[in-house]
Amino acid sequence: MKISKEEVLHVAHLARLSMDETDVETFSGQIGGILEYVEKLGGIDTSGVPPTSHAVEMANALRSDETTRHLENQDALANAPEAEDGYFAVPKVIE
Amino acid sequence: MKLHELTIHEAARLLKTREISAAELTDAVLERITQAEPAVDAYITVTADTARICAQSADQAIRRGEAGVLTGIPMAIKDLICTRDIPTTCASRMLENFRPPYDATVTEKLNADGAVLVGKLNMDEFAMGSSTENSAFKPTRNPWDRNRVPGGSSGGSAAAVAADMCLGALGSDTGGSIRQPASHCGVVGIKPTYGRVSRFGLVAFASSLDQIGPLAKDVTDAAILLNAISGYDPRDSTSVNLPVPDYAAALTGDIKGLKIGIPKEHHATDGVSEPVSGAIEKAMTEFREAGAEFIDISLPHTDYAVAAYYLIAPAEASSNLARYDGVKYGFRDPQSPGLLDMYKNTRSRGFGPEVQRRILLGTYALSAGYYDAYYKKASQVRTLIKEDFKKAFTTCDLILSPVAPTPAFKIGENVDDPLKMYLSDIFTLSANLAGIPALSVPCGFSPEGLPIGLQLTGNYFDEQALLNAAYFFEQHTQFHRHRANVPDNAG
Repeated sequence: MKISKEEVLHVAHLARLSMDETDVETFSGQIGGILEYVEKLGGIDTSGVPPTSHAVEMANALRSDETTRHLENQDALANAPEAEDGYFAVPKVIE
Repeated sequence: MKLHELTIHEAARLLKTREISAAELTDAVLERITQAEPAVDAYITVTADTARICAQSADQAIRRGEAGVLTGIPMAIKDLICTRDIPTTCASRMLENFRPPYDATVTEKLNADGAVLVGKLNMDEFAMGSSTENSAFKPTRNPWDRNRVPGGSSGGSAAAVAADMCLGALGSDTGGSIRQPASHCGVVGIKPTYGRVSRFGLVAFASSLDQIGPLAKDVTDAAILLNAISGYDPRDSTSVNLPVPDYAAALTGDIKGLKIGIPKEHHATDGVSEPVSGAIEKAMTEFREAGAEFIDISLPHTDYAVAAYYLIAPAEASSNLARYDGVKYGFRDPQSPGLLDMYKNTRSRGFGPEVQRRILLGTYALSAGYYDAYYKKASQVRTLIKEDFKKAFTTCDLILSPVAPTPAFKIGENVDDPLKMYLSDIFTLSANLAGIPALSVPCGFSPEGLPIGLQLTGNYFDEQALLNAAYFFEQHTQFHRHRANVPDNAG
């Protein structure tokens, strides 16, 4: 197997996903299969080849530092699962 | 002719001469949606009330002589493009109740042109898929055969256009998500050059690959829509500040002397079905007889595109989708006492299996110890794929190929084998990796009567050459005049 169940659990934790035993089983098989397939990239010599992170070459996009209107507080909070006193509310972090 | 069957350019002419009104046209399309939606399931949201109000304003603008080509035209938008106060779900439980506080730039542009939004279209969840079966709400059915998929991820967009449930639609294409459903549903779809169309307000999947584009009933409509949505936008720092040509005006149909490249690697591609290869060969004959020249080219890294794509796209997705944490908007698991549990349960319950699979794969490819072997390697191969195209375009004007190896497959046929589904994207992924434009235009039918699309891929910012070649082909073959026979009010 290309990826162990422990590795799937570790990556799931990094990605903040909870998994039960069945999920881990399914995903390790499927992701293992995909990782085996992408192994073929190892067959290409890429020494000295710069990576492409952007399809179209362009210079850094700059704009002038001016104040513009943005989302109002109540619009920004309108879709929040929970809001309080103009802030996003989350479950207690520190006991 | 029934009003909902009109193309955009036909309807625009009738609206301008006041032979029809925008209100009548909108009512006809809404009526068509009511009839055909049970059979097709293309829409997530239908905005009938606001559409009727919008149509009335369009009629007033037309009476004042202020009409543009899209004024009063009923349009629909893939449900990952933000529409202010109108649900934008990405076909995900995660965003089921999300109402964007702003419009995407492309939405603003359509609104400013007086287009009438009739609804939001189904898709694979967060645009991840090739069949629209990954929608959290329902699969969309192919109007040509209800037992088959419409393709994906913009399956709702392609099906709605094919079934005359809107006059034109917007989709998005990260690895073929406009072109493949256009091919499977017998409509025209174009993925513009990366940066041609603003992505502001497009819910991000893989930011370096995503591009918005039109799906339309014919090439002229696709050109009109591309004109309407293209252009530089300061709110998208990756949009490109180049003048936008008048695409519709450039459709001459003259292709004499056009140099069309045929990649030798495509002959070696396994699994291209006989109806597809037959239709492509017939299409080549049409082009040759009109004076186009065929040139053998080589894209040596074609065979690596799927592998590079399925590392880069999931890596970017894992990063982009980190924002769905149950805090700022979208679903939150209500039963979790602590913050970490809340994150994990929210994401596991809010995302479907394909989205979770890609987040896991992408997180793995970016994680410590694997970054160089996977993400960096794939990004280097991406450079080689790009260089292949640059070299090819020194000898040819555009490249001709199939869009997909087979016509639309049956619903459920590929759901248990994600890798098999990924491999069917072989012809479309490279254009996204390289950032170049590509389109799908109908080029025939399989023996079962399923549409087949032809892909034309062009050089950076040369959408004109693609559209003009497609326009020539369409005018000579008339495949775009065929209509799916959609049952009314099917159960």
